[in-house]
Amino acid sequence: MLKKYRPVIGLEVHVELGTRTKMFCSCSANHFLAEPNTNVCPICMGLPGAMPYANKKGIMATIKAGLAFGCEINSFSKFDRKHYYYPDLPKGYQISQYELPICKNGYFDLKESDSKSKKIRIRRIHLEEDTGKLVHRTLEGRKVSLIDYNRSGVPLLEMVTEPDFESANEVDLFLREVQLAVRYLDISGANMEQGSMRLEANVSLCKEEDVFDLKKGIYPDYKVELKNINSFRFLKKALEFEFERQAEILSRNEKVVQETRGFDEVKAVTFSQRVKEEAQDYRYFPEPDIPPLTITEDIVEQVQKSLPELPSQRRERLMKDYFLSSNYTELLVSDLKRAEYFEQAVILAKEKDIEINKVVGAMINQNLDIKFSEPAGLIKYLLEIKNKAFVSADEVVASIDVVIHENQQAVLDYQSGKEQILGFLIGQVQRKLKGKGEASLVSEKIKEKLKS
Amino acid sequence: MIESVPDTIEKLQEGLLKKNYSCVELVDYYLNRIKKYDSSLNSFLTISEDSAYSQAKKMDKVLNGGSFSLSEYPLLGVVVSFKDLFLTKGIRTTAGSKVLQSYVPPYSSTVVMKLLSAGAIMIGKTNCDAWAHGASGENSDYGPTKNPWNKKYVPGGSSSGAAVSVSSDFSFVALGTDTGGSVRQPASFTNLVGLKPTYGLVSRYGVVAMASSLDTIGHFTKTVEDSRRILAVTGGIDNYDSTLCGEKGEKIGEKIKIGIPKEYFGEGLDLEVREIILKAIEILKKKGIAFKEVSLPHTEYAVPVYYVIQPAEVSSNLSRYDGVRYGNDRDSFGSEARRRIMLGTYVLSEGYRDAYYLKAMKVRKKISDDFDHVFVDVDAILCPTAPTPAFKLGEKANDPLKMYLADIYTASASLAGIPGLSIPAGFTKDKRPVGMQLLGKRFNENKLFDIGEMFQKLTNYHLEKPVI
Amino acid sequence: MTKVDSSDIAKIAKLAKLDLSSDDVLTFSSQLSNIISYIDKLGEIETEKIEPMSQVTGLSQILREDTSIPENTLSSSDALSGTEKTHNGYFVVDALIDKGEDMKND
Repeated sequence: MLKKYRPVIGLEVHVELGTRTKMFCSCSANHFLAEPNTNVCPICMGLPGAMPYANKKGIMATIKAGLAFGCEINSFSKFDRKHYYYPDLPKGYQISQYELPICKNGYFDLKESDSKSKKIRIRRIHLEEDTGKLVHRTLEGRKVSLIDYNRSGVPLLEMVTEPDFESANEVDLFLREVQLAVRYLDISGANMEQGSMRLEANVSLCKEEDVFDLKKGIYPDYKVELKNINSFRFLKKALEFEFERQAEILSRNEKVVQETRGFDEVKAVTFSQRVKEEAQDYRYFPEPDIPPLTITEDIVEQVQKSLPELPSQRRERLMKDYFLSSNYTELLVSDLKRAEYFEQAVILAKEKDIEINKVVGAMINQNLDIKFSEPAGLIKYLLEIKNKAFVSADEVVASIDVVIHENQQAVLDYQSGKEQILGFLIGQVQRKLKGKGEASLVSEKIKEKLKS
Repeated sequence: MIESVPDTIEKLQEGLLKKNYSCVELVDYYLNRIKKYDSSLNSFLTISEDSAYSQAKKMDKVLNGGSFSLSEYPLLGVVVSFKDLFLTKGIRTTAGSKVLQSYVPPYSSTVVMKLLSAGAIMIGKTNCDAWAHGASGENSDYGPTKNPWNKKYVPGGSSSGAAVSVSSDFSFVALGTDTGGSVRQPASFTNLVGLKPTYGLVSRYGVVAMASSLDTIGHFTKTVEDSRRILAVTGGIDNYDSTLCGEKGEKIGEKIKIGIPKEYFGEGLDLEVREIILKAIEILKKKGIAFKEVSLPHTEYAVPVYYVIQPAEVSSNLSRYDGVRYGNDRDSFGSEARRRIMLGTYVLSEGYRDAYYLKAMKVRKKISDDFDHVFVDVDAILCPTAPTPAFKLGEKANDPLKMYLADIYTASASLAGIPGLSIPAGFTKDKRPVGMQLLGKRFNENKLFDIGEMFQKLTNYHLEKPVI
Repeated sequence: MTKVDSSDIAKIAKLAKLDLSSDDVLTFSSQLSNIISYIDKLGEIETEKIEPMSQVTGLSQILREDTSIPENTLSSSDALSGTEKTHNGYFVVDALIDKGEDMKND
């Protein structure tokens, strides 16, 4: 049934920034597991007379994220008030950004496989404050909501993509990449379980015959919002369920109801949470208590220079420099700590003359980086193994003879000046010796033999 | 018990140093007057007797300690009242509304703390139009405040109680807020000096917000020189209000030139007020001040612009009052508050935002530019503070639009963010005070103070007191 | 004269979270119509090329460092002191109809 339809998915990702203090006040931003309402002040509680004061770090972190995702940084940006009523929103409005977000028009190269890659357009990344938290209880027979404002005012990054995704797999890949990038940038722990990364997806199906319209920016006339799903795995399942559910409705020539749906993890189905009657009127206007932001070219340059190597850049480099397979590369890149361990181990390995392959194998196949918490320890271990295992000089010479005999053309090429062939011949010798030839000995002996 | 208190801070502090009286005795004096006379005026909502005595005793100790300087405590012994919009830690703060009837805040506003650190003594919280919505004092949820010059008349608003507390000698000075005229106009109606400072000079942190791009923290004194002294303490950057500029005004030149805006002397201006202002101009002319007619062409749009922007920001600032963390729920809002919330929500709503809110913000720029053009030529502007002297209680209460038009001479300055000073300029035949207004370039309060002090050396209006 | 009618008033009241009696609705409809008609005067002015003036100060980029100031954080008792509707350190409100955490009108 799904074959007749093409999924159209757009994402909204919220990331809690790991700043020390909240976005508009100096309360600690670390609210996880704190006793309720112990991490609040007049500002984040919305007491009468309180006024916001913007946190520089939050803004810098947003610019970082924008640059990492290829965005344009608006040289003039500001905060706006977004009005709606909800008990976890103390001021009755959220300080957010409306038409002049810090970042806009970015993109991400999504590589589903070595051959399949597409550009995901990122509409905007903006900065706003988080709300408090509600807990639902029954007290003395009465259904109540309990409110904790510890989280109120924590800085939130909101990233909105264009509806460029066509499969649950693409969505999953992208979200993992966002999580990884944000960790590499050191702006957030982006932890799904702790709620420091939150996902929302807008899903519709497009009929096969209307697919060309998508390129023109004409999208299906409805969308279903998936919310309150707190793991990548469940989102993927929810999406796949939605595709089938919507396909079934459309194939009956009926309309899909525009609504918000959640995911029941036990039954593995999505369910309706709220039907949207009309769009909310947020009555946006510029926040009068916070002067606008002027993000000069100098500032952007400064931030650009300070950007660390991003996951995609590291992947490329590891594969190029160390000839690693994409599987191995992924394993190393997907964990920031592991990737850093690897880089350090490689430096030490080079000094001690140990092959990179040995390091990779030790880490990935044997998880020895867990046993040796410091890279130096791992290298020491590998060095010990290597020293015990070297073959005798006679064996080396014998293998060299065989290799020379078997590769006469290569030998002639080398002798006629193609120096780089030496590497190949040495490699062949080591293969014969199963890698147990001591490197400098092999090199010395083979050069001797090749001279004659 | 002290019989009377000197007219200026300078003389007051001389008396303290000479030990003519103590801070505690000053508190006795004011509390006695409040208890005797305020029931018929209704200017106070909360009297902070305990903390007043505690602060007074502390200051007396400093005085008697010997090793202090007045530069450390520039307001030592000055008894002050705060409009009930100023949050005072541990002391009830109502904003003049039933919503905050029993609210006791856990923190104090920057300005309260600044004044107390400077040695001032807080005597209580004054009545005001609820949420500062009003120009008469009649919109308070706790009953109207009366004008001590004639109790059948309003004292002006919204800082009604603040004005009355100084003009009735219930406090030496009073702090208020001025968003569209709420310090200047009551000052005019009660024969006081009322300052609206430049927007961005005095911290708004800890003061119940009315309209965030217009609110300023002003004050009432008997003399211009004291107004200058208070501003020296209240002004300046804190780390909580990020709209503060640390600017100092320009250097003041010798020769002063004042502009008279022709749009402020047209129809609608009470004849007696007109006469008083023209007379004031003559007095200053004789002293060598040059006058010139100027034009502020967009004056007629000031009130409509103000009544789009202000209610819009009001509707936003009052969203936090939902009864969840403090106060009573939204059903406790009075009718003027509800009217302004409705008006503000309307002009910000989908479909109307461009035509009203955005449009008003653009016309605001034109109004502000009018002043910038005029100030190229002149150092200050002189005009009436209000189109009429104090009006009778109930006279405008049933017609909200009529009440809004009272802001006609004060709203423009608020929209442009410039400073305004209202100074006693005379009385009507039936002894109602009339103030004149001086407007200046941003951060040029000093120039206004200079002109005002000059005027007060030439006149005695500010020395007259009401008979209560 | 621009009319702000009863259904407009009802919509605005909902956005503003105000409960109006039917008398209120009529009064506000007439008062707001009056005021808005007066405000319509603004349509007289040409403002095509004018930038809206949302900030008077001309300030920009006023930011604070990311350092915590523990004295500014309220004690739990101060934080809860504004109301009696509390329970075990939380504020309490009647449950809303919608289920699930983070259910906002989004």
